[in-house]
Amino acid sequence: MTHSPQSGSSETPALRAEGLTRRFGEQVAVDGVDFTVGQAEIFGFLGPNGAGKSTTARMLTGFLPPTAGRAWVAGIDVNLQPSAARLRIGVVPEEANVYADLSVRQNVLLMAELHGVAKVERERRCMELLDTFDLRERAAQKGRQLSKGLRQRLMLCMALVSEPQILFLDEPTSGLDVASTRMIREVISRMNRERGMTVFLTTHNMDEADQLCHRVAIIDRGRLAAIDTPAALRARVDARRSVVVKFAGPGATPAELLPNLDLEVEAAVDGWRVFSPEPGPLAQHIAARTVALGLRIESLNTVSPTLQEVFVSITGAAHGRA
Amino acid sequence: MAARDDTVLSELLRQVRCAGVIAKKNVRIYYLKGPVVTFGIVFPLFFYLAFAAGHDGPVSVMVPGIAAMALFFTASAVGPLITPWERQARTFERLITSPASLWAVLAGDAASGAAFGAVLALLPLTAALALTTAHIDAMWPLLAGWLLGATAFSSMGVLMAAPATDTPSQVMMLSNLVRLPLIFVSGVFVPHEQMPSWGQWLSPLSPLSYCADLIRVGFGGNAYFSVTIDVLALVGFSLAFMGAAHYFHRRTRNRPA
Repeated sequence: MTHSPQSGSSETPALRAEGLTRRFGEQVAVDGVDFTVGQAEIFGFLGPNGAGKSTTARMLTGFLPPTAGRAWVAGIDVNLQPSAARLRIGVVPEEANVYADLSVRQNVLLMAELHGVAKVERERRCMELLDTFDLRERAAQKGRQLSKGLRQRLMLCMALVSEPQILFLDEPTSGLDVASTRMIREVISRMNRERGMTVFLTTHNMDEADQLCHRVAIIDRGRLAAIDTPAALRARVDARRSVVVKFAGPGATPAELLPNLDLEVEAAVDGWRVFSPEPGPLAQHIAARTVALGLRIESLNTVSPTLQEVFVSITGAAHGRA
Repeated sequence: MAARDDTVLSELLRQVRCAGVIAKKNVRIYYLKGPVVTFGIVFPLFFYLAFAAGHDGPVSVMVPGIAAMALFFTASAVGPLITPWERQARTFERLITSPASLWAVLAGDAASGAAFGAVLALLPLTAALALTTAHIDAMWPLLAGWLLGATAFSSMGVLMAAPATDTPSQVMMLSNLVRLPLIFVSGVFVPHEQMPSWGQWLSPLSPLSYCADLIRVGFGGNAYFSVTIDVLALVGFSLAFMGAAHYFHRRTRNRPA
């Protein structure tokens, strides 16, 4: 059975924030944030460092009380019934926080016990998850003996053993090898698809957000700057659509290639990337002009803006800042 | 928004269960270590003997003193370090984002310290009973002093862990700064009647005074305060320490990540 996201339906949302605000003294870390995450939705939460992503996630998971505003998890007010709300969530923080002196199995069982999972059931789920994340052979190893990638997999097991309605992930694949990254993304997608689990994903990785998320929100300086599907967000920055031309042999200068056209151009490998909201006619123009100049084209592609470009466009952030 | 029908009782039971799980985890990770066990027994024993040597105190005074000291040190030894260790390893955040409330986390920490202290301090007590002429005269005051004392001392340890630090050495310094003076005013080394007036003034501020008093009664000695006052004081200290720990932990949590 597959589940589809319910962001627009009248069902109780998986997550809801209303005027969520957090101040630390004079500093406003999160400023009146409003959003709703539907059931079975993978929701990306993007923003530059210090934008308020982690603080928002900490308020939603009940770790930090908001200064103003309210948050609901599965319809439960996080501040009024924190324990009941936290029964329904699993959390995977950015920094590994497994118990170094407990074994892989003991770490998973500890979280199951805290969530009140019955003894027989927690053993079954634990072994099932260790199989899913290829950790069964390491069940007796201590947390301290695991590599970063294995610890990250263990943290996912710990978060999933209670079969949460909502999974909070903070940079789940940051610094991981390709195999671990792929495995984690596949499992997240599968859990979402097959069990209808909602995922709140905080990430810097735009490709990850693009691949996994049904919708993304961009937070900047504590305020929500945008919230939409990745495709709709990309459409907002049509000016960043472009044509990439690569020449076989000698190439033309931008002035030769685009006479009388005032377009943004940047150097690409053996060619140019030319930005235009209408890349189709531009590609035709470049092809015709290249033939007229007696040159040869190796490749000519129209390119949609990446989520990274959308992010930079919305937040004004430098690449290094994101 | 929809509300859930969690009753007060079911929530209370859930938190008690969480506290038990946390206590079990603490014992497994932090208490059942050779150095911790050794330190918990040897340090108070030799500390006491160092002071008692040369004094011709009766065993009915010495044995309760050693037992109270052992209980005090073992029950309050590791508690102050658990939260800094867990903050450092970020596992404290894991507990707080689980269904366990802050109360349950603190209660789990206090319960593990109390259980460890109450069990481990039985060793010097048993040895003293076997090797000296001391004997138990009244079981209930002894039992009350043992359990309530262990709870009060471990709660004190939990309170010491509340300052916003993830550096265990800082907490250890604070812990010794508080614990050592408490010993001197508690009537363990010097009977209350023989203390200077300032010592008699300060004595009621130490939970060890009341615990030692109850244990002394258990060994046939006289109470300096009274059994009722001792029991109420130890319960009061436990509640006050836990309340203060909860307040300081909440304040710490309100700081930026």
